[in-house]
Amino acid sequence: MSITVAVFYLLAAVTVGSALGVAFANSIVYSAFALMGTLLGVAAMFVLLGADFLGVVQLLVYVGGILVLTLFAVMLTHRISDVNVSNRAVGRLPGFVLVAVVFGWMVHVAGSARWVMKAPGAPAPTTYGIGEALLTQYALPFEVASIVLLAALIGAVVVSRKEVKG
Amino acid sequence: MGDLSLGHFVVLGGILFALGLFCVLTRRNAIGILMGIELVLNSANINYVAFARYNQTGYDGQVFAIFVIMLAAAEAAIGLAIVLGIYQSFETIDVEATDRLRR
Amino acid sequence: MTVAPYVALIPLLPLAGATILGLAGVPLQRRLGKAAVSWLACGTVAASFVLAVAAFLQLTTLDPEHRLLLVRLFPWIHVGTLGVDVAFAVDPLSAVMILVVTGIGGLIHLYSVGYMHEDPAYWRFFAYLNLFTFAMLTLVLGDNLLVMFVGWEGVGLCSWGLIGFWHKELANTRAGNKAFIVNRIGDFGFVLGVFLLFWSLDARGHGTLVFRELATHAHLLAGETQWGVPVATLVTLLFFVGATGKSAQIPLYVWLPDAMAGPTPVSALIHAATMVTAGVYMIARLNFLFAMAPATLAVVAVIGAATAVLAATIALAQNDIKRVLAYSTVSQLGYMFLAMGVGAYAAGIFHLMTHAFFKACLFLGSGSVIHAMSGEQDMRKMGGLREKLPATSTTFIVATLAIAGIPPLAGFFSKDEILWQVYSSPYGSPMLWAVGVTVAGLSAFYMFRQVFMVFFGPCHADHETAHHLHESPATMTVPLWILMGGSVLAGLLWIPHVFLPFEAWLEPVVGVHVAVAHHAELAVELSLTLFSVLVALAGIGLAYTIYYRRRPDPAVFGRVLGGVPHRILLNKYYVDELYDLLFVRGVLLVCRMAAWFDLRVIDGLVNLSAAIVRGWAWASGLFDGYVVDGAVNALADVAQFVGRRVRNLQSGAINAYLYVVLIGVLGGVLLYWSLVSAS
Repeated sequence: MSITVAVFYLLAAVTVGSALGVAFANSIVYSAFALMGTLLGVAAMFVLLGADFLGVVQLLVYVGGILVLTLFAVMLTHRISDVNVSNRAVGRLPGFVLVAVVFGWMVHVAGSARWVMKAPGAPAPTTYGIGEALLTQYALPFEVASIVLLAALIGAVVVSRKEVKG
Repeated sequence: MGDLSLGHFVVLGGILFALGLFCVLTRRNAIGILMGIELVLNSANINYVAFARYNQTGYDGQVFAIFVIMLAAAEAAIGLAIVLGIYQSFETIDVEATDRLRR
Repeated sequence: MTVAPYVALIPLLPLAGATILGLAGVPLQRRLGKAAVSWLACGTVAASFVLAVAAFLQLTTLDPEHRLLLVRLFPWIHVGTLGVDVAFAVDPLSAVMILVVTGIGGLIHLYSVGYMHEDPAYWRFFAYLNLFTFAMLTLVLGDNLLVMFVGWEGVGLCSWGLIGFWHKELANTRAGNKAFIVNRIGDFGFVLGVFLLFWSLDARGHGTLVFRELATHAHLLAGETQWGVPVATLVTLLFFVGATGKSAQIPLYVWLPDAMAGPTPVSALIHAATMVTAGVYMIARLNFLFAMAPATLAVVAVIGAATAVLAATIALAQNDIKRVLAYSTVSQLGYMFLAMGVGAYAAGIFHLMTHAFFKACLFLGSGSVIHAMSGEQDMRKMGGLREKLPATSTTFIVATLAIAGIPPLAGFFSKDEILWQVYSSPYGSPMLWAVGVTVAGLSAFYMFRQVFMVFFGPCHADHETAHHLHESPATMTVPLWILMGGSVLAGLLWIPHVFLPFEAWLEPVVGVHVAVAHHAELAVELSLTLFSVLVALAGIGLAYTIYYRRRPDPAVFGRVLGGVPHRILLNKYYVDELYDLLFVRGVLLVCRMAAWFDLRVIDGLVNLSAAIVRGWAWASGLFDGYVVDGAVNALADVAQFVGRRVRNLQSGAINAYLYVVLIGVLGGVLLYWSLVSAS
C-alpha cells in the first residue's frame, strides 16, 4: 500500500467519521463542528485529486463562510442552556432503511458500470486554467452566477431584517 | 497516485451522500437539514473532481464544482435567513412545529 | 522607453491623501484641526506636482522618439487574447496633462483652504478633491484604454459627489444626479467603442488595448467594414459619444451649467480646467484612429463648432456669474473639438492648457466675488467691485482679456492657431473659420459684459452685503495671481524657438497627420489674425458701450434687439425643456397611454364579457338551483369524506415530504430500469 493510499484512507476516515457526527450527534452545535471536519476532509480530498485551487476555495467558502454562517444561525436560534437537546431526530429506523436501500443500489451501480478511465497525469497548478475557463468558455454562467449571488445577498437581507412597524 | 483508483473516491462520495441523505430525512432541526444538504453537495463535488481527474476532461469538472460551491453559498445565505425569519415568528426552528399553514 | 517607478507615485499620492481623509477625516479634523487636513490634501498634490515636473524634465533629456516613461504596477486581466496591465506611462502628451492637473489642481486645493474654511464637512471636501485628482491622473497616465476608463469613471463619480457636495439642498443633489446620468450615456458609448475596437483588432490577430500597440496595429482596420460602415468610423464615433458626455458637447452638454451647483473651486477644477477636457485628451490620444475616419473628424468639427456657437449665444443673456462662465467653458470646449476635428491636435491641446489657466482664474475670481458678496451670484446685484476687491478684479480682468484673445496673452496664441488651422487644414473650411471668428467675437462680448456688470459702474448690492464687502484672504488671492501669470505667459510656449516649442514637443505623440502648409502663406495668416483680433476688440467695444457707458441702456438694448430672441437665449434655447418633453415626458406619456388602454379597452372588454357571463349565469342559476344542486351536494359530501382522510398526507412535516420525494424518485428509477432491461 503506497503512501498516497494510506493518506487517502486516513483522510477518508476523518471525513466519514465527521459526517457520521453530523448525521448522528445529539447536539446541533456538535453537528456543526463535525461538519467542519467533513468539509476540511473534502478540501484535503480535492488537494489529493490535484485540484489545489478548488481545495483552497472549499476552505475559504465552506469552512470560512458557510460554516461560520451556520454557527451564527445555531447560536442565534438557541439558548445555549438547552444546546444538548437541540438536535432531535425522528424516524431513524425508516430513514435508515431507505438510505441503506439507496446506498446499496448506488454501490451496485458504481460497481457494475464500466468507467472510461485514463491514467491521471502528475498534478499541476490549476488556478490559471480555471481562471481561463471561467472567463472564456464559462463566461456566461459565471456572470449568471454573480447575478444569483447578488440576488441571494439582497434576498437574505430582505428576509432576515426585522419588520419595521408603521 | 500509486494504486488509488476512481472507485475509492466514488465510494467515499457515496458514503457522504448517504449520510447527508440520512441527516436530511431524520433531522427535525431546520439547520440540521441544511447541514445534510451541504454533505450531499460535497459528495457531488468529490465525484465531479474525481471523474474530471480520471477522465482527463480538463477543467470542466472543477469549474462545475466551483459553481456548486457558489450555489451552496447562496443556498446557505438564503436558507439561514429563512431559518432566522422562522425563528423570529415561531420561537423555534423545529420543522414539525412550523405547520401553521395547515391549520 | 524608460522604466521610471516614481511615476506611479504621481497618481498614488493623492489616492493616499484621499484614503486617509476619507477613512480618518473626522478624528483628524477634530483632534488636529482643519490645518492638518489642509496640509495633507495640499501636500500630496504638491508632491505629485514636483514629481510631474521631474518626469517632464526627465523627458526633455531623452530623444524625441524615445520620450516615454513607463511603470507597470501589476498584471490586471490576462485571459484569452486579452492582456491588460495596470501601468502608467508619461509621454509628451500626458506630461502636459499631468502638469496642468497637478499644477492647477494644487493651486485650486490651496484656494479651497480659504474658500471652504467655514464648512463643517471640510475634510470630506478635500477627500473628494484628492480622490478626483487621483482619478484624473489615472485617466491621463493610463497606459491602456481600460486604465484610462477607470480614471474616466472615477472623475465622473467624484464630480457627482462634489456637485452635490452641499447635499442638504435638493437642487444640488439633482444637479449631481443629472451630471452623472448624462455622463453615463456618454460612457456607454466609450465602453462600446472599447469593445468594438478590441473585438475587431482581435479578429485580425492583434487584440490589444495598449495605446502604443494600438497605434502600431490600427492600420489593420483600414478598409474593414462592420454592418456596412467602416470599422474605424464606427469605433471613433462611439468614442466621440463618450467625449460629448464628459466634455459637455451637443447633445449631452446640458449637465455642465447645472453642475455649477457645486462649490466654486469644484467648478474651477473639474468643470473648467481638467475633467471636461478629458474628451479632448482622449481624441488626441487616439488621434491615429480618428485620422483613419475622416467622416468622424467632420462630425467632431461640426459638433464642436455648433456647440461653440450655441453656448456662446446662451452666455450672452445669462445673469448668474457662474453660469456665464459655465457656458463660456462649453463654448471653449467646442473650440477644442473644432481643433480636433480639423486634425490640429497640438493646437487643441495647447488651447486646453491655456484655457485651463484663464478659466480656472476666472472661476476662482468669481468664487472670490461670491465669497465677498455673501453668496450672491446674480450679476445684476453687483457692480463697482473694483475698488473693494483690487486683487480679484485685476486678475479677473487680465484673464478675461486672455480669453477674449487679445495679444500677447495666452488665449490669443491658442485661439489664433486653432483658427488658422481651421482655415488652412484639408479637413477645415472657411465656413468653420467664420463660425470660429464669430464665436471669438461673442466670447469677447459676453465676457466683458460680465466684467463691466461686476466690477464697474454703480454698486447694486443691498446695504448689508455692501457693508461686508472684503478682499479674500491670501490663500485665495495667491492662486489667482499665479493663474493670472499663467494666462499671460503660457502663450509664449507656442512661439517657435522660445523655450520648448509646444507643437514639436507633442509631435512624437500626435504626429503631423495633417500636412498643413505651415506658415507658408504668412500674409494670409497675418491678415486673418488681424481680423480675428479686430472682431474681439469690436466685441469688447460693444460691451463697453452698452454695459459701461450705458448708451444704449442694456434694458433698452435687450428690448430693441428683441424680446423674443432674448427670452429664448435666457432660457437656453429651451433645450432642457425639450429633453424633458422628449425623454422624461415621453416615457410618462407612454405610461399614461398604456394606463388609458388598460382602463378603457381591456377593462371594457372584461366588463363586457363579465356582463355576458352574468346573464348566462342567471339563466343557468335557475337550472342549477333545482337540478344540479342536489347532485352537487351529494358529490360534496363524498369529497369532504375523502378530504378528511387525505388531509393527513399534507402533514406540514418536511421530513415526511422528503420520504415521499425519495421513494417517488426510487420508484421512478426502478420503473425506468425495469422498462429498459425488459426491452
